[in-house]
Amino acid sequence: MTAEPGRAWRDTPLVFERSRPGRRAGRPPRPDLPVPELPGSLRRSQPPRLPELAEPEIVRHFTALADRTFGVDTGFYPLGSCTMKHNPRVHERLAALPGFRDLHPHAEDEDAQGALELMWNLQEILAEIAGLPAVTLQPAAGSQGELTGLMLMRAYFDERGEERDTIITADTAHGTNPASVTMAGYQLARVETDARGNLDLADLRAKVNERTAGLMLTNPSTLGLFDEGIEEVAEIFHGAGALLYYDGANLNAVVGLSRPGDMGFDIVHYNLHKTFSQPHGGGGPGGGPVAVRESIEPYLPAPVVVRDGDVFRLDHDRPKSIGRVRGFAGPFGVFVRAYAYMRAYGPELRDMSEVAVLNANYVLARLRDAYDLPYDRHCMHEFVLSARNLKREHGITALDVAKRLMDYGIHPPTVYFPLVVPEALMIEPTETEPKERLDDFVDAMLAIAQEAAESPEVLKSAPHGRPVRRLDEVRAAKQPVLRYLFDEHPALVT
Amino acid sequence: MGYLSLTDADRAEMLAAIGVSSLDELFDQIPPGVRFGRELEVPPALGEAELARHLEELASRNVHTGSELSFVGAGIYDHYVPSVADVVLSRGEFLTAYTPYQPEMSQGTLQAIFEYQTVICELTGMDVSNASGYDGCTVAADACFVARHVSDRRKVVLAETLNPQVRQVVKTYARGFGFEVVELGHRDGVVDPDELGAAASDAAAVFFQQPNFLGCLEDAPALAAAANDAGALSVAHVDLMSLSVLESPGAYGCALAIGEGQSAGNWPSYGGPHYGFLASRSDYVRRMPGRIVGETVDADGRRAYVLTLQTREQHIRREKATSNITTNQTLLALAGLATLSWLGPEGLREVGETCLALSQYARERVPLEPAFDQPVFKEVAFRTPMPARELVRRARERGVNPGYALGRDYEGMEDVLLVAVTEKKTVEDLDRLASVIEEVCA
Amino acid sequence: MPAAESYPDDLRYHAEHDWARIDGDEATLGITWFAQDSLGELVHYEAPEVGSSVSKDTSYGEVESVKAVSDIVAPLSGEVLEVNGKVVDEPETVNYDPYGEGWLIRIRMSDASEVDALMDAGAYRAHVAEQ
Repeated sequence: MTAEPGRAWRDTPLVFERSRPGRRAGRPPRPDLPVPELPGSLRRSQPPRLPELAEPEIVRHFTALADRTFGVDTGFYPLGSCTMKHNPRVHERLAALPGFRDLHPHAEDEDAQGALELMWNLQEILAEIAGLPAVTLQPAAGSQGELTGLMLMRAYFDERGEERDTIITADTAHGTNPASVTMAGYQLARVETDARGNLDLADLRAKVNERTAGLMLTNPSTLGLFDEGIEEVAEIFHGAGALLYYDGANLNAVVGLSRPGDMGFDIVHYNLHKTFSQPHGGGGPGGGPVAVRESIEPYLPAPVVVRDGDVFRLDHDRPKSIGRVRGFAGPFGVFVRAYAYMRAYGPELRDMSEVAVLNANYVLARLRDAYDLPYDRHCMHEFVLSARNLKREHGITALDVAKRLMDYGIHPPTVYFPLVVPEALMIEPTETEPKERLDDFVDAMLAIAQEAAESPEVLKSAPHGRPVRRLDEVRAAKQPVLRYLFDEHPALVT
Repeated sequence: MGYLSLTDADRAEMLAAIGVSSLDELFDQIPPGVRFGRELEVPPALGEAELARHLEELASRNVHTGSELSFVGAGIYDHYVPSVADVVLSRGEFLTAYTPYQPEMSQGTLQAIFEYQTVICELTGMDVSNASGYDGCTVAADACFVARHVSDRRKVVLAETLNPQVRQVVKTYARGFGFEVVELGHRDGVVDPDELGAAASDAAAVFFQQPNFLGCLEDAPALAAAANDAGALSVAHVDLMSLSVLESPGAYGCALAIGEGQSAGNWPSYGGPHYGFLASRSDYVRRMPGRIVGETVDADGRRAYVLTLQTREQHIRREKATSNITTNQTLLALAGLATLSWLGPEGLREVGETCLALSQYARERVPLEPAFDQPVFKEVAFRTPMPARELVRRARERGVNPGYALGRDYEGMEDVLLVAVTEKKTVEDLDRLASVIEEVCA
Repeated sequence: MPAAESYPDDLRYHAEHDWARIDGDEATLGITWFAQDSLGELVHYEAPEVGSSVSKDTSYGEVESVKAVSDIVAPLSGEVLEVNGKVVDEPETVNYDPYGEGWLIRIRMSDASEVDALMDAGAYRAHVAEQ
């Protein structure tokens, strides 16, 4: 490779390309003992081609990759429905305390009292926030919480001898809802959204019957709107003997302001990585605890954390349980962070949601004239604009707006979702942004709307200031290269 | 609250811009009947120093692997986590980014996942890896869902020597998949290939573990062949840290390889978060669950990385998706990548050989009868002259946690103790284990 | 070059944006210009097996672009005689030539009277105009 200014930022070799035969970093202990021979058929025949590097280049490699990644720590990240809020650094220090980090999950309960107390406290706070009495911490993420919730519904109806095979979801639902319905073995029915962005009650009444097991709903919806008819919705389902499942993806809008249990939901999942600030980690980990009404408690996955006086224990003896959905009692490190976040706020968790809603409405108010607003109401913690006006007038799409925002040092919002809004831009500022960052974003969005009229080609070819330009995604899908191919691998620049 | 930035002046200005006189007006859309009318009954707010003290106090009440000499494994292992893993875990860009939906903003995460996929493929001998699943249990359920799509059969066979929690999770999911679950018993600690072949004759998939939960090495090539011959998908649940010395599932013909990644680069953390890995032969790439990163070029022809084959996933295929998974375990998987890069092929081979040598030494030195006459990798099961739980209790009074009592999961194994080693253990540690066991059995 | 919009007069059309070219008791099936344009460049064609049967109004396969997937709905019932291997290998053929080289399957019809229920080109153009 020849020297070229700026190349270090643009072209980062793969760790395998930094590798040189014979180099190494880690030197594991080697006891002075003979190594027993394994039967030939069990012994590795071809050594794995792992990278061979000394430590300095490993550190540089991952530092270079970090430099090419944009996180909340880097700048504003209004990715709708993902709640990209600040992640307090004290959480990382606390999760790494030896008493937490080095605690073996097979530890006897009496040796894990601190961990179990933390989990029990977390359950109590989650229960209070949802307005439902019983909590399982086990599910690994929101979508697993959904699946757990559907399994709980099945167990509930099985015991009552009722055969119900259909789950209703909104047309604004995240794709996880219908995917979870299939994985749980249910049929799917879809209900439409009305002109104000609420569930269409007439459509709902026509679809709910004695085969309906339940509803899955995000409230506020993925449009960022609180369903104004939620009490009637609950009546329709409960009237038909069905259950209501609350997808907690948007819980950040209502903590301390409105409780899913009070809205009529029977089962709720939380996204600890959204509402309670577990860092998103480039895709995970997450945490998806589930809270339920008393009548559904017997079916919760085992084990659950229980308290006997001053002693805490894992209760595995749950004969009606749906079973286990994940290893051990859940992603404990995520619990440490979520619990710390809740304890830092205390009852002022309500401020968290209030400011999230204030921030979103402020940005909405300043952008409403430059972009289409499909549902003209105050929003909750997020809102959905449409770039269809720019597309109609200048041929500029939501994707072009997203790519151009990168040049202003801002992570794009969620685009093309929810599906009911064409050219959708779904914007969630979160509560932890100061007004100046909101203003920066608004100014960038207004400048882009102006650029759409004056110099659309700049938007069409954006981004201009990132390590790479737009990617050939067709090629990625048609000729998939999903791993490094060593000698046959394409060169860095073609 | 130090996490919020708005001043009173900011609030007033923002409310004015919105055109409302108070914050409450924004909440008019919440019907009065479902507004929460009181303060949350939760403990009061803590400043950072008080918070740290509270959590330090809780942490101090746990007995962790640093506070006693422990030989407990049984699925979660105390391998060394190198400091380079912290480079990944502590960089704010990796820590605080989300799923790399916008590739121009996330080339670092994407490239690292691509490298992770390559490492998993190299170790397992497979063609394709996803970007991680939740843990070693849920990837087994994912593999069942792959089998449901590629086979008309509606049964899965699980070796009883497969991790009990993995089996429990598969059973929980199987109901929704319409799968019958059959468990296959063991003979002297391992599964019989002929019995497995017979059970597999009408099965969509067969799952076995290498090394198995009892510590024994299965005749994995024979098991995979028996499953394949019966027309079932053969799925091996494997330990990444063993795959420098043990043959790869790809080499003995498995359709899929899955496992718990914790042993490579993650702390025990009382059960998580860790990462599950799932890799397959290229035949099943369109049925893979979860994120997959691919290589392509940008508009200038420069190499670049992007989430690909996304039509498999829930946000596009919805109710027909290959899985509902969205959030995965990327950060933990990248700690695994850093760890395996630090070890390299030589280091990983040395870890494997140290495990083999120490477990052999344990077998000879510990004054108990091995429960099974099979080769082992890093865990040895011993018969105990008293209930294994009682032996554990007595040994712990002497400061040594001697292992995992298999009676917790297996009926009839109340007198079997599973002793785990990693490269962190020494000859002296095993000598101490031997003498404590000798004392408590005397 | 992607094809220009067209709906040939010699074809019959189904409301789910599929076409059929009738030849005796056989028919060749594909997706219309409108369908391929909505999806964008195709990257995958999940074809049915030769010898399997397809039934009117139900899905017999899938076509995918990078960000979308679509069921292919059979406009007519019958047995699959041939699958277009060129589209399996080069799905973008459908974008370049949806009614020619981009055909998807050839079937032997099991009920020729089903043809009567399909739209002619004029009716289909009106249908597209409403989308």
